[in-house]
Amino acid sequence: MLAKRIIPCLDVKNGTTVKGVNFVNFRNAGDPVELGRQYSDAGADELVYLDITASHEGRKTFVDLVRRVAANVSIPFTVGGGISCVTDVDTLLNAGADKITINSSAIRNPQLISDIANRFGSQVCVVAIDAYQDNGNWECYLNGGRIPSGLNLFEWAHQAQERGAGEILFTSMNHDGVKTGFATTALKTLSQNLTIPIIASGGAGTYSHFYDVFANAGVDAALAASIFHFKEIEINLLKDYLVKNGITIRQ
Amino acid sequence: MSIVIIKYNAGNVYSVQCALARIGADAIITDNADIIRNADKVIFPGVGEAGAAMHHLRQTGLDKIITSLQKPTLGICIGQQLMCSHSEEGNTECLGIFPDKVIRFQQPDNTFKIPHTGWNTVQITAEKGIIPQEMNDAWVYYVHSYYVPVGSHTTAVTNYISPFSAAMKRNNFYATQFHPEKSGDAGSRILKHFLDL
Repeated sequence: MLAKRIIPCLDVKNGTTVKGVNFVNFRNAGDPVELGRQYSDAGADELVYLDITASHEGRKTFVDLVRRVAANVSIPFTVGGGISCVTDVDTLLNAGADKITINSSAIRNPQLISDIANRFGSQVCVVAIDAYQDNGNWECYLNGGRIPSGLNLFEWAHQAQERGAGEILFTSMNHDGVKTGFATTALKTLSQNLTIPIIASGGAGTYSHFYDVFANAGVDAALAASIFHFKEIEINLLKDYLVKNGITIRQ
Repeated sequence: MSIVIIKYNAGNVYSVQCALARIGADAIITDNADIIRNADKVIFPGVGEAGAAMHHLRQTGLDKIITSLQKPTLGICIGQQLMCSHSEEGNTECLGIFPDKVIRFQQPDNTFKIPHTGWNTVQITAEKGIIPQEMNDAWVYYVHSYYVPVGSHTTAVTNYISPFSAAMKRNNFYATQFHPEKSGDAGSRILKHFLDL
């Protein structure tokens, strides 16, 4: 049976891993390649590296990092942050990334999803969505949660799928960093309505939150950052817990 | 021992080279016909679209070189699919090393997502395939929307919606639908087994 995936996410700035709470207040969490290898050894199923560097120099550093991750880590990894054209994707895939993730640039230019899917295949194209729920409506945000887009989460996710996205990575801004559990209801709707895999992000704080999002929301993968970086949750122990509770997990 | 990774337009070639380096093997990435023909081991990787990949192989003449190889040759993912006779993806005539036809997953409902993405287990169904016998039920990494149904050259199966060919063998040709280069320690053992053939 296909296993549910546990995915640590590493935000990288100038070659170092950082993770914010509610998208601000970054705290340092170590060397990204070494962290990636430790996660792989601990049983992580995939890794995500997000480049949050804005400068041109930082971008080059990130491509070098992707190359080093490919050389040192034997599980799949996705990279994102600042990808705005097919050439950026080509560079990152050539550096050894397995998939790329796009967020704001896909909202600004939905054709980019189709272009990436047609050129490299849907399986490389993960569309990430940051959304905030207000008065019952889930609205998608641009630029790391700073600019409202006017797009509805479910409509945008469906459009991304139709354009060729291979996976949806949904982060609830209401839940991110708060550690009170994932946005289970919205994730369940996404999972039931879409034909492509859904990665849940934002809100994980305990083992039971992961159980809940797999068992009750039916998502394919769950992503978290700081709780793994600061060892509040150890991946091998989390996996033991999930297996004991009947979730299909690779061990 | 010379190990060659075939360079073409559907490559995940660098990842394969890195995976081999991690088990201590140096591999050359090339599209040079002579180097490929003289290699002790050939790996035919792939990520991408079958139609475009076959078109490129025909244009460069790599199609005839691959089918005429005598040494152990391993097709990975799209590599396995291109080794079959036909793919539903782009209605593509393929290399015909395996007589099988590649088809697309049909979803019974949204609980089975396409692409089949992530880790699943392999069950060995025939001896002397690419997966060592003691690795029955090992977890390996998949990402694909098309698959080869179980046939006479199937050596291992994985179950997703229905059982499909996880690994295949015919003469000196081996193939996996999963990505050994991305399958952690299990993948390393499978690649090592291939190099030891």
